Amino acid sequence: MTERLDGPQTPRGGDDVARGASPGPDETTETKGEVTTHPALDDDVATGESGALPQLATGGPASPKARYGGSGNLGPAPKVAVFFLLPAVVLLGAWVVYPIVYSIIRSLYDANGGTFVGADNYAAIFSDSGTLTTIRNNLIWVVLAPSLVTALGLIFAVLTERIRWATAFKLVVFMPMAVSLLASGVIFRLVYEQDPDKGVANAVITSVHDLFASSSGYPGARPRENDQAPALVDKGAVVTRQAAQAGQPVLIPLVGMKPEALPSGAAAARSAPEAPGELSGTVWLDFTPGGGTANKIDGNEKGLPEVTVEAVSGGAVKATTTTAADGSFHFTGLPQGSYQVRLPQSNFTQPFSGVTWLGPTLITPAIIGAFIWVWAGFAMVLIAAGLSAIPRDALEAARIDGATEWQVFRSITIPLLSPVLLVVLVTMIINTLKVFDLVFVIAPGSVQPQANVIALEMWRVSFGGGGNQGLGSALAIFLLVLVLPFMAINIRRFRREQA
Amino acid sequence: MTTLTASQPGTAGSAGAPRRGVLSRVLDKAGGGLVQVVLIVLALFWLLPTLGLLVVSLRGDTDNNSSGWWTFFTKPAQMTFDNYSNLLASGFTSSFWNTVAITVPATILVIGIAAMAGYAFAWMEFPGRDALFLVVIALLVVPIQIALIPIAKMYGFLGIFGSIPGVVLFHVAFGLPFAIFLLRNFFVGIPKELLEAARMDGAAEWKIFATVVFPLAKPAVASLGIFQFLWVWNDLLIALVFADTNAQPMTKALQSQMRQFGTNVDILAPGAFLSLIIPLVLFFSFQRYFVQGLMAGSVK
Repeated sequence: MTERLDGPQTPRGGDDVARGASPGPDETTETKGEVTTHPALDDDVATGESGALPQLATGGPASPKARYGGSGNLGPAPKVAVFFLLPAVVLLGAWVVYPIVYSIIRSLYDANGGTFVGADNYAAIFSDSGTLTTIRNNLIWVVLAPSLVTALGLIFAVLTERIRWATAFKLVVFMPMAVSLLASGVIFRLVYEQDPDKGVANAVITSVHDLFASSSGYPGARPRENDQAPALVDKGAVVTRQAAQAGQPVLIPLVGMKPEALPSGAAAARSAPEAPGELSGTVWLDFTPGGGTANKIDGNEKGLPEVTVEAVSGGAVKATTTTAADGSFHFTGLPQGSYQVRLPQSNFTQPFSGVTWLGPTLITPAIIGAFIWVWAGFAMVLIAAGLSAIPRDALEAARIDGATEWQVFRSITIPLLSPVLLVVLVTMIINTLKVFDLVFVIAPGSVQPQANVIALEMWRVSFGGGGNQGLGSALAIFLLVLVLPFMAINIRRFRREQA
Repeated sequence: MTTLTASQPGTAGSAGAPRRGVLSRVLDKAGGGLVQVVLIVLALFWLLPTLGLLVVSLRGDTDNNSSGWWTFFTKPAQMTFDNYSNLLASGFTSSFWNTVAITVPATILVIGIAAMAGYAFAWMEFPGRDALFLVVIALLVVPIQIALIPIAKMYGFLGIFGSIPGVVLFHVAFGLPFAIFLLRNFFVGIPKELLEAARMDGAAEWKIFATVVFPLAKPAVASLGIFQFLWVWNDLLIALVFADTNAQPMTKALQSQMRQFGTNVDILAPGAFLSLIIPLVLFFSFQRYFVQGLMAGSVK
């Protein structure tokens, strides 16, 4: 076992170190490790001091106490320290600490700040249906987004492990982190456009849908509503008034749509060529601007292509066919007899136009999709770093002992990776609690109440027209309380590391 | 067993685990191909949205309203810079310069102030140092929402509400906890002998900081600088509250156009794209620095 550990394996990242531009691997390592987490700004501690990520652990010396406590005899007087700390302490004190105290007090007063109302603002948060929706949404966010981001980051990290162009892939997936959430929001507003001719999401979905189901619908097309018309509407379908026999062409004239709405392939209608023993007919747009005879195929009238036609007998569909470009159809191999010809309702439904992403029901999942797009790269890069730090020989040993790849992954990789996974998960939870920009930008004004989250509601209530700074302060405190456990985790972790 | 493994891992593997035969290797190959395909599709998922923004920003209004941006690839001739020239003519440049005027000082100040504090935390003895540093760590997760109302009041009192300095100071304050944390951890790793030698020579503390420690911290400072820069450049919320129309950065200027998204695409798409060019350039020029640096770190 020992020999194997000391074996000639080169750490996989070895050449990366050599390529690093910075003076020493130590420095590179430590800065970059921490820095990648920065866009999360506040959350980085979580990663920074975890010690879980090997690259992050380099900051502290082996025995911090010995080194950093020991300089006392040579160090400057505390007065000098005050000089070095003063700007930071003033800024943190006045811009961060004082506001916390102020907000706690302010949250106990009413909208104008004149009257003490006790916990009324907090009660309002938990009784108003609008704020309850925001809390529910935050809950959905916290449950879905962090786990999805972490899972996706893990999958990406594992998949790219043996791929030659892994760096390119990582760059592409990591890139959205450099982009502002506003720009990401604009990007996803475009992606989620309802019109499949504008939004790429619905364009993809409708084309996939159309692969499996014909979408050439004729919404609005219908027979004339009088007794002379040879067809009538029955339960949404168009059926012939009289039973039809073979050798006797069926005419199904339709109106109710504009000639321009016909597909470009539509040809001038003509009656189906009579074939002995075959049931045939024509479906066409029986409308000539300024004239034409009803229920007769006139010169310029166009056939309706791709209409589904059914031959029905005794309530059962006996055969199905579709019309040609000139609107003609014929059934082949149909037994003699009399049939009713039916154009099923599917011909007249609205064409499938994709998913209403930005509607009230799907808005939160849609925004979470954008969030995942932004953050998956962060998770992937951290997890990939953790993956390559796993000792190769542990994996090899398990493989040699006959473990399948899946068993190796489940029982060795995942446990060894769990500190990193936890760090990513916690960072993402803090992020989702504070999510603001994406919701604000992606949700159209009319569905913002359904998409609302605490951070957005806080801004809306205090600045975006709400004008209630008492409630706004209470919401800010509520948000702070939600992140307090993570503050405690960070402090505990740091102390453990220093001990 | 061990020696054998070390010298001939291949044979040992197949002997110990017979299922890794020809069939499994074929499956591995096929699996590898499948993984490549999956990754290509995923990469497209990550690339296409941004590409869509770029193409939309380069197409005329009528084109954008009548057909999807992806038709661009079959009819590339429709490309135009009209949206960009219209946007720049409409005064977007001033918000670009506001973004610069906010981001550059906010980045430099954070580095300077945090480096001083980080140095004190790492290499000076003073009462309450460890407790104070725990406070810094605690402040890392404080949501900025907590400060919006109090600081708005304070700025009103100071007369800097709506101005660029107010926005800058807010960014600096909320960038400090992370910056101090990062730099302090870096400084702690600097060899003690270096400092002690300088102190023995009787160099002033300020001089040691400026000429010995700070120059050594270049990699840390550079990374911190990039991320602080990106964070401030990309901010919307702070600008929304503290910047008035004269001081508004690009993010706020664009946000004000979101209400009529459909009709304002010709402003929003080029504006969003302009706002992300500099972050992307930074990202790509320093990508080795953070992505590969992160990879290199994992060797440890």
